[in-house]
Amino acid sequence: MKELNELNFPENVRYAESHEWARLEGDKLKVGISDYAQDQLGDIVFVELPEVGDTFGKGEEFGTVESVKAVSELYMPVAGEVVAINDTLEDAPEKVNNSPYSDGWMLEIKADDASKIGDLMDNNAYLDSLKG
Amino acid sequence: MKEILGTTGLIFNEPLLWEKGKKGRSGFSLPRRDVEKHPVDKQLEGPGPDFPDLSEVEVVRHFIRLSQWNFSVDSGMYPLGSCTMKYNPKTNERQAARSGFAQAHPLLPQHLSQGTLKLMYDLEQYLTEITGMDATSLQPAAGAHGELTGMLLFYAYHKSQGAPRSKIIVPDTAHGTNPASAALCGYRSVPVKSNERGVLSPQAVGDIMDTDTAGIMVTNPNTLGLFEENIKAVSEIVHAKGGLVYGDGANMNAIMGIVNMGELGIDVLHLNLHKTFSSPHGGGGPGAGPVCVRKHLEPFLPVPRVIKQKERYALSEDFPETIGKIHAFYGNVGVMIRSYSYILSMGPADLKKASQLAVLNAAYIKDQLKGTFHLPYDRPCMHECVFSDKLQEPYKVTTLDIVKRLMDYGFHPPTIYFPLVVPGAIMIEPTETESKEDIDLFIESMQAIAKEAKENPELLHAAPRKTKRRRLDETAAARKPCLTG
Amino acid sequence: MRYLPHTADDIATMLKAVQIDSLEGLFAHIPQDCRRRETLKIPEALTEWELNDHMDALAATMAVSPEYKVFMGAGSYAHYVPAAASFLAGRSEFVTAYTPYQPEVSQGTLQAIYEYQTLTARLLGLEVANASQYDGASALAEAMLMAIRVSRKKTIAVSSAVHPMYRRVLATYFEPTGFNIRELPYLPDGTTDLGPLKDMDDLGGVAIQSPNFFGCMENLEAAKQSLPDKKTLLVICFSEPLAYGLYKSPGQCGADIACGEGQSLGIPRTFGGPGLGMFAAKMKYVRNMPGRLVGQTVDEEGKRGHVLTLATREQHIRREKATSNICTNHSLCALAAVMYMASLGGSGFKELARLNYDKAEYLKEALRKAGFKLPFSRLTFNEFVVEFPDDFKKTYQGLLQKKIIAGLPLVDFYPELKNHYLLCATETTARADMDALVKEIIP
Repeated sequence: MKELNELNFPENVRYAESHEWARLEGDKLKVGISDYAQDQLGDIVFVELPEVGDTFGKGEEFGTVESVKAVSELYMPVAGEVVAINDTLEDAPEKVNNSPYSDGWMLEIKADDASKIGDLMDNNAYLDSLKG
Repeated sequence: MKEILGTTGLIFNEPLLWEKGKKGRSGFSLPRRDVEKHPVDKQLEGPGPDFPDLSEVEVVRHFIRLSQWNFSVDSGMYPLGSCTMKYNPKTNERQAARSGFAQAHPLLPQHLSQGTLKLMYDLEQYLTEITGMDATSLQPAAGAHGELTGMLLFYAYHKSQGAPRSKIIVPDTAHGTNPASAALCGYRSVPVKSNERGVLSPQAVGDIMDTDTAGIMVTNPNTLGLFEENIKAVSEIVHAKGGLVYGDGANMNAIMGIVNMGELGIDVLHLNLHKTFSSPHGGGGPGAGPVCVRKHLEPFLPVPRVIKQKERYALSEDFPETIGKIHAFYGNVGVMIRSYSYILSMGPADLKKASQLAVLNAAYIKDQLKGTFHLPYDRPCMHECVFSDKLQEPYKVTTLDIVKRLMDYGFHPPTIYFPLVVPGAIMIEPTETESKEDIDLFIESMQAIAKEAKENPELLHAAPRKTKRRRLDETAAARKPCLTG
Repeated sequence: MRYLPHTADDIATMLKAVQIDSLEGLFAHIPQDCRRRETLKIPEALTEWELNDHMDALAATMAVSPEYKVFMGAGSYAHYVPAAASFLAGRSEFVTAYTPYQPEVSQGTLQAIYEYQTLTARLLGLEVANASQYDGASALAEAMLMAIRVSRKKTIAVSSAVHPMYRRVLATYFEPTGFNIRELPYLPDGTTDLGPLKDMDDLGGVAIQSPNFFGCMENLEAAKQSLPDKKTLLVICFSEPLAYGLYKSPGQCGADIACGEGQSLGIPRTFGGPGLGMFAAKMKYVRNMPGRLVGQTVDEEGKRGHVLTLATREQHIRREKATSNICTNHSLCALAAVMYMASLGGSGFKELARLNYDKAEYLKEALRKAGFKLPFSRLTFNEFVVEFPDDFKKTYQGLLQKKIIAGLPLVDFYPELKNHYLLCATETTARADMDALVKEIIP
């Protein structure tokens, strides 16, 4: 596993305590997991995602991510409705390891209130939380 | 150090079954046909399965070659914690193979099945006595099946009290089958942390026990190899709020003839005949998971039950409060025959001695490896002891690397990364059937590996080197499952 | 004792090393009120030779072939097991091995189970089979729980022609779950009445056994058509898989899941256990399947090998969210089955199935000719139901005295089927014995 200074925490996303990230794209939010999370999990073998149309509150479990020997729950960073899922992850779950913030995106959501993204941490606050 | 066990041998390659054979070959002597062919409905008729055709020689060589790639108790030591990989006596196999036992149909008229019925009845008595409980059912086919039965007994009991409950307390050291079995009965698991001594604290249990909790699942000795010293107090707390105590008896090998499980407040306990009672593991079963209960749970046991009327044995369904059936017939009779033979071969003194020696072997290993590997709980252990890889961290060597290297030394790895409360756990259970020489060789090998970790960690990272296969790509196997050939 | 290698010297040396003065002293830390006070009240140890005599006497009381002619199937079948197959299944490298969690030293078990999974999938006509369940009954219970998981519905339907013990086990498993079981009656021809299905909603799965408990082949295409909606899974179960050497497989008939008892495939009856729970399904459901799965992969040197895989479904990782609580399964029985299937080969399996069918047909015809009633008109495999006259009970008892067990009385399982008996004839049933049976029962 890598050291914190070897991992990426881009500025243009906000981070949840449970290691999901959210990024505003137009009027939707993209959601995924951070570089720290994928590094901790190791080789990801499967991502279980919800269906388009499902809705979740903030902090509700929306899916799971699996490595060979472990399963982790995924929690909704901002309440909303799922409008798209990244179904390429079914055949290529390694995208989450290789590009967690771009090709490894998981959900596209229509937030109940997109401004709630501000409640999440910025990259510096997230990095601090990992150090502490 | 003496010559190490692990070497490479003349180990053959062998392809998959369907990569061999030729259509028309046969490995079977087709029984003589003494009846004419009768017409078959063409609508329902199928082509038959696409199996390869092999000669008897091909079949025998195939599986003999495969067998050579396996580590087994008969070849060497398996110090797997909580698995009790003791020697599997060969006389037990001979008994189970007797045609009177092996050929018997389960629905024979009962007066024509007295021998097996007596065996089952007697085995129930012996297990009841050994555990100090009141009654036993042999029906569950494995430990997890026994746990499910236990949870069904909990459910039936609470229902009969008019107050169904929704939660079960599960310690952080519990085997994964515990919460999985509870979930099958609709119970929500509530975790409880073990204390700094590695055991349950009455306070912690008392804090979460309420009248909506069906009870608690405990393992004693627990998966850290420690005796749950507060178990009586914990049981009292659970009982006081109307709950029940489930005992996971996987670690019974530490306490036969020494501890009375019934007196600890346990209401239902399962045993693993393929652990404590010497039935072989078979590469993953079959086993058997009998449940032993206190009197108040006896009415709920699965049916049929073996009863004795004068000198006659019979199967009775006359138990109106039974939870029903969890096996099509009576459980794994073949496994019961082996355990029954084992108990009769050992007798009371040697069963107790087996537990004493199992504990001695583990205590000795703990003592000898104490400085070499990190011991998270430096307390008297029972039949198993738990180390971790903390001392090897500076060399970037993990538990996984250590045990993979152990294979090159001729030993099967111990249990790793369990229990979850010890990061990098290495759980070692030698059992009583390992001699002092073998234990000493194991200790020396572990010490040699610790030295290699410091001086030449690459040997560990690249291990195993002498086995049929090196480390396998489990990620690819999970990403692109190829489950059928 | 020959299983306890420690000498007095060994014990003394080891006690000295751990600084404890006696074996008793190892337990000094256990609270006194947890200790057992008396010695175990079990029989004194027997020598190996006394054990042989004792077990010999017990085994001698059991009614088995060749002394007895047992015309019973009902979930436990008499089939010849080749000497080579039992020899191989007795190899201690298979018998005394542990679960293959460390694949580098378990390639024997892993490849053999992969071969078992493959042959099972081919036999049942589906894409993936697991490494085994305990028996046909628990396999059915797990299949229906899986149907509920996959469909997210709350009700299942089960034919009353499914083995009565399997149905009871299913009911026991379902008792605390809050899910509903609806039972489908059977028709006069011996098959399941599919009519009630059209009025059932919220149905997650339908279980039909074929050949069913009466030995009758069900109309599985019709069953598939009768499923009320696309989300309902068709579960086809069995207790005699040899039937698929003659008839279409469950997969060919539209099964989503096929499960049942594999004891017929090289495993001795042993009074009902251990048997073999066989379980197969379509690949799209694999992540919801219970049980272990062996997969193919490569090692660090690029060589083909096998490992346990998709373990995140299982209890040791997923814990309370696991697809099942199963840990130890019936691996050695699966091994015995693949050794049996390999010995028979595709050609042998087909021929043996046909022989079973012909043996039972011969007995059926002989009984018909003798004037007995065969109530179910449907095609069977190697067992079938006969309706004997009202006073047959006396005849049956008389036959027991002559060491003939003339089938299984059905009235205990189906009270409406008084005087109905389930008879079975396999390749082990000699024509002469069938002739003798018929002769004995003709009034």
